[in-house]
Parts: sequence; structure tokens; C-alpha cells
Amino acid sequence: MDNPTFTVSRRKFLKLTGGGLVVAFVFKDFLVFAGGASHESPTLPASEVGAWIQIGEDGKVSVFTGKVEFGQNIRTSLSQIVAEELKLPVSSITMIMGDTDLVPYDAGTFGSRTTPQMGTQLRKAAATARGVLIEMAAKKWDTTTDGLYAENGMIVNKAINQKMAYGSLTKGQQILRTIADDVPVIAAKDWKVAGKTVRKVDGALYITGRHKYVSDMHVPGMQYAKVLRAPSYNAKLVSVDDSKAKAVAGVTVLRDGDFIGVVAPDAESATKALQLIDANWQEETGQPSTANIFDYLVKNVGGDGGGGGEGGGGRRGEQGDVKAGMAQGNFRHAQTYHVNYIAHVPLEPRAALAEWTDGNLTVWTGTQRPFGVQEELVNTFKLNKEKVRVIVPDTGSGYGGKHSGEAAIEAARLAKAVNRPVKLVWTREEEFTWAYFRPAGVIEVAASVKNDGTISSWKFINYNSGNAGLNTQYRAVNKQETHIPCKTPLRQGSYRALAATGNVFARESHMADLARLIKMDQLEFRLKNLDDDRFKAVLQAAAKAFGWDGPKMPGHGYGIAGAFEKGGHIATCAEVMINSDKEVQLLRVTQAFECGAIVNPHHLENQIMGAIVQGLGGALFEKIDFANGKILNSRLSAYRVPRFSDVPKIEVLLLNRKDLPSAGAGEAGIVGIAPAVRNAILDATGTALTTLPMIPNGTVV
Amino acid sequence: MVLNVNGVKHEVSADPDVALLNVLRNQLDLTGSKYGCGEGACGACTVLINGNPARSCITPVGSVAGKEITTIEGLEKSGKLHAVQEAFLTTDVFQCSYCASGMILAAVALLNANPSPSEDAIVKAMNGNVCRCGTYPFIVTAIKLASKS
Repeated sequence: MDNPTFTVSRRKFLKLTGGGLVVAFVFKDFLVFAGGASHESPTLPASEVGAWIQIGEDGKVSVFTGKVEFGQNIRTSLSQIVAEELKLPVSSITMIMGDTDLVPYDAGTFGSRTTPQMGTQLRKAAATARGVLIEMAAKKWDTTTDGLYAENGMIVNKAINQKMAYGSLTKGQQILRTIADDVPVIAAKDWKVAGKTVRKVDGALYITGRHKYVSDMHVPGMQYAKVLRAPSYNAKLVSVDDSKAKAVAGVTVLRDGDFIGVVAPDAESATKALQLIDANWQEETGQPSTANIFDYLVKNVGGDGGGGGEGGGGRRGEQGDVKAGMAQGNFRHAQTYHVNYIAHVPLEPRAALAEWTDGNLTVWTGTQRPFGVQEELVNTFKLNKEKVRVIVPDTGSGYGGKHSGEAAIEAARLAKAVNRPVKLVWTREEEFTWAYFRPAGVIEVAASVKNDGTISSWKFINYNSGNAGLNTQYRAVNKQETHIPCKTPLRQGSYRALAATGNVFARESHMADLARLIKMDQLEFRLKNLDDDRFKAVLQAAAKAFGWDGPKMPGHGYGIAGAFEKGGHIATCAEVMINSDKEVQLLRVTQAFECGAIVNPHHLENQIMGAIVQGLGGALFEKIDFANGKILNSRLSAYRVPRFSDVPKIEVLLLNRKDLPSAGAGEAGIVGIAPAVRNAILDATGTALTTLPMIPNGTVV
Repeated sequence: MVLNVNGVKHEVSADPDVALLNVLRNQLDLTGSKYGCGEGACGACTVLINGNPARSCITPVGSVAGKEITTIEGLEKSGKLHAVQEAFLTTDVFQCSYCASGMILAAVALLNANPSPSEDAIVKAMNGNVCRCGTYPFIVTAIKLASKS
């Protein structure tokens, strides 16, 4: 955790950022701690600062945040938010992100929190900065702030027809202001820059190949590393002969317990040396496999069950009387749903470049948690935090799969051994095998429903996969919703929308089955059991655009599903066609999404579209196949991900609620597609599929 | 051996079996071509060899000596983006963008062979390129836009 005694002094703040005006967002009102005498706080505990903005002597605006860019396009949306409040074009804003030496502490980029939390903090900091600039201008003009306003990087004084540029106001100044929660900001209905489509701010770097991802980086004297991997999980190193590897010119072999790595001046020598290491391993037999994983999980409850649950749901016991409620309905329905492990497959595998200088360690790596990886490095090398710097250049995606610092630690160990900068880029097979997975799960659902559509009892038990999205948003007086952690044979962790991918699949599948039991329309049944108007609105919008009530071709099926997840309301309709060979063709998808006031419509549409496409993989065919501690499909040619030809016609409807705060949108968009397709297959065939992925071979079994 | 990359001849010393991708990235610092899978299954490493798309991660460097190799760095001519790059930029296609170079080169090859491809032809030609962020619909839009320019 953050050292509570570590403080950012005013001097350090200004040294970090140069002169000018610095406005820091703080989680508590430091005016209280400072005795209320000054706006300028003498010290700021680092853990209490969320973000800061600097307006330099040249008028340029720098924004410092611990969030990282992994393709969510938050570098753009956060710039828009700051530009809006400071009345500047987006191009005037520079975002400094994910560098532990430069930015305030941040827990990480996950949970769809960037827009609602960091966006809000930056908005308030920028609004404060605007107010301070107006005060400064008023002082210079020897007038009051009345009638002064900000416009295009200037404070305008209409009365005397004069303007002052931000830079001329901040020049020669060293002003640090802290702000708390109550500063007024511009309402979404009045936005001019936020709320509009702005292109990816540094888009040209990517379409020309100029952006340097970590895996592309090179520093003087840098060498290349490879790490020897065990042949299976839990294998123990028995003996090793590294003499042939060491004989390769320029190669260093580091052996430290079961860790063996090689470093060479060029990538080919490193690869060659790795292949020349002769290692004997004792492998563990009898490990669980894909064939028995679901039995295994249910029989092995009580593990740490890490990873599946942050941010959502929460464990819950019983409300009302579930058993009595079961007896009150006209129909009871129990079903067990299964969710397989899947891989994130970020196209850029884990990579790190580590460099030691005078006992200080700098690591460039693509992680969603720069400060978390800094802590991992601090613990591994027993260093003071001040000596470890983690820098995260914009990264080739993560989807929840890059919270950890494996490559960073490995590169740092090897860099230390050779006393040179070392780059390590994981292979695809390493990424498939030694990262972590979306948890597998077993979800038992039992429910009872009355003829009029009232849900009289709801019981939902999730083994292992997690508690995100566990709780139903539908009305049920008697209910029990529980997540039971289990011992997992594969390393598991966060995923896009976490366990909600499985939990929403189970819930929305079960809802479809209940509606069929009482012969009620799927949409009507859901609306009848909802109190949340925002949820109802997306269901109705999706159904209307899709033509839910419209005619249907023979052999075709319609499905609908929805959820409220991570601040986003989502509803998905799907149409499938099943031929006489039971082959499923997904024809079209309509998805409505509402996350409050929209910051960037095109980028939001892109996120929602991408989430549908990614969600298709886990819904239809993605599955990790494993046995005896080995991943059997650890290559992209063996693990199918969605491609161009898998994409149906997709219609995305964005509901813009300017009256509501903006929520994040990176995750919720993924949860609707699996149950919508499942329910469409059910509609077409009467077959109720219960396992994710549903049709790994393309046909309904 | 001599590699002709983006119109410039480079003398490189490499085992002929080494993947072209590694030589481009590690010896010539042309890092726009990406490693994604190492088996030609994702398209992130796509370059053009004599105008045809090739997976540089499974192309032995010895097999392309003397041939015309085009990477993403060579598409821009005298400060002017290639029409496909322009179309991808205008459409604002990408999220993480790691697939961008390979997508753009595959699209350039497609449009060179078929200047106005149907949507089916685009899907067929591009199907070997993976965008894990799922921006496929926007990529199709961008290729259609480029085909009109």
C-alpha cells in the first residue's frame, strides 16, 4: 500500500510540473487540515491526490493521471473533459498517464471507473483552474471577476475589450491549489467539446506504425531475454544443464531456484540459447482437465477464487423465504449453467523493458496497474518505492488480462543479472499459458414463476466464476444469490466485465425459460419484473429498432437479453438462422446502451461494437482446453477468436442521458450478446443451451 | 544479404532462416510490423513482398533478399499518407491499434488487386487479420472509403 508518511510537498509538486498553475484534486478537503487559512496546502499526502492539472508558463495544459490507455480511447475522452472546462481545443491538452514518477497514485484502470471517477476528478480540477485564472486576470486588471470569462485559452474582459492568455497569467507563477468535491462544473447539456465525436488524439501515430509499444522499444545497450518455462503447471525443476546455452556468444544464463532466464545481445541468440538448455522437470500428474473441471469446482469449494468478483454484486444471503416462494409459483424451473475458462488474448503479449541505474529501477511495461506493478517490484527486489519507476506507454490492449507484472519482474531480474537494459516479450504461447484466465464457473439457478409473470422465488449460486453481476435486477421478493469461491486449477483473474459475462448469461437464459413456461412474451416478461426505468428504456429501444414484434422467417429465432452492469444499461437483441444440419448462423444484433451523458459518441459506439464482437467469441466458441497442467490450445491457430467473417450485421443504439453523470462503457457492452444469441437459438429450435461457449463446432447439439 | 525495404537497400547479417519480422524490428528498427502469434495466424506482422501480402513472422528473411518489401513505414510518400491510411484515420477505426499496421497493409494489397471490392470480398481478404478489440465493422467502412478515393 501507499506509504502514508510519503507526502508531496508543494516544492516537489512544482518541481515535478515546472512553474505555472497547478490544480490538484484531493479526496479530502485539505483546507481543513491547513487550518482554513489558505488555499495553498503546505503538503499533500500522496495517497489523497487523485489527479492534477498544470497550466504551464507557456499556456500549455498538462494533465497527470495514473490511468492508462489500452484502447479505450480515454486519452481522448479525458482530454475532451479537461478541454471543455478550460475552454480550450483538445489539441492544447497533453495527457501524462501511467508513469509512477510523474502521476498521482491510482489503483488501476479497470472496473469501468475511468470516466465516472477520473473524469469527474479532472473535470473539477479543470473547472477550478478556470476559476483561478479568472481570479488572476481580475487581479491584473484590478477589477472583480464579474463579467470575466474563459474562451479559447484566454480570459476575456468584455467591458474593456481585452483578453489575457492563460500563459501570460501563469508565467512566473508557482501556484498550487487543491480542490475538493464541491466545485461547480459545466452541465452536459452545455458541453461544446465533451459530448462530441473527437478522433483518437494521436491516431496518426498508429496508422503510420510510429507509436512505440513496449514491445517496440529500444534503449542503448539493450539486450534480449527469454525465460525457460515449465512443461506443465506445478512442475518442479529436478536438474538442469545450461552449459551449451552459456557457450553461445554473448549469452548470460541466470538461474535462481526454478527461475531460469537467458539474456543475449540479439533476439536470435537468446532464442537459440533457451533451446539449448537441457532441463529435467518432475511433473504433477492427476491435475484436473477440461473434461472434469465443473465437477472439480463444485467439489472443491473454499479456494481463494481470486479475480472474478471485484466491482460488482457482492455476496448475499437470503431475502424473504426462498423455499416458501418456490411453492408459491405455478411453474418451477431449475438449471445448471457452465462457463469455461477463456483467454483475453491481447494482441500485444506481455512485454517489459527493465533498466537499473545506480540502484534505481525503471520498467516500461503494459500493465493496467502501474502502481500495483511498482509494488510487486518493490517487494521482489526489497527496494524503497522511490527507487522503482513503472512507465506504461499506450498498450496493445488488456481487457482485464494485464493487471499483473510477470514480465516486468522477469525483465528486471535479468537486467540486474547482466547489468544492462533488458527487454522481454512473451510469446503467444507464454501469454496463453502463464498469464491468467477468465474463471470457469458453475451456476445453479432455480426459480419459480406465477402465471401472471410474477417471480415468486429466485435462487442463484455461482461456483468460482465470481460475484460481478450476481444480483438480479428483476423483482423477486424471495431470493438468494451467492458466490462460492472454489479451488481453481488454472490461474484466474479479471476479465472484461468479470464474472458478469457468465452470471448475466445464466440469469437471462433462465428468464427466457421462465417466460416460455408461462407463455409470455420475452420482452413483456422482463418489463413486468423491472423497476429500473433506465433498464426498461434500453430494452424497449433495442426491441423497437430490432423489430421484436415483427414477422420472422421459418428457421429463424429472435432472442433478447439485458443487464445493468458497471454503470451501464444494456439490452441486446439477436436473430439467428438454423439450417437442417443444425448449423447456427448469427444474422444480426441490435444493442442499446445507456451510460449517462455521452462523452465521445464515436468512441462509445466503437467500444460497444467491439464488446459485442469480443463477446461473440466467449459466447460461441472460445474455450481453453487443458489437461494435466498443460494448455492444449495455446496458439492462435488452435484457439479461435472472432474474425471478420464471424461478425453479423450490428446496430448500436446509444441513448444519451445528458441529465445523468457519465459512467464507464468499456465492459458492460459485452454481457448481452451471449444470452441474446442463446435465447434466439432457443426460439428457433426449442433447445436451451446452458454452456459457454455454446456452439464450439458451429452446430446446436 | 541485402534487403530492399521501402525503397531503401539495407545490408543485414542474419541467418536466412530467421523470420523477416525479427530482422525488420530488431535490426532495422522498423517496429510498425508487430508480433502477434508467430505462426501467421493473426496478420499483425503483415508486410508486402513485391506487392503481395505476406506474414513476415513466418517468412524466412533469406527468401526475400532482393525483393521489394513494403512495411507500414513505407506507405507514406513525401509526407502524404497513403489513401488507405487516410481512410483509416478519417474513419477513426481503432482502439488499441496494435493490429493497425497489418490491417492497413492487408487492405492496401486487397485494393491493389481489386480497387472496388464488395463487402464479401473485403471480409474474405481480411479474414486472416485479427483485431481483438473487435473493430471489424469500422475497418470494413474504412476500406470501402479508401476504395472510393
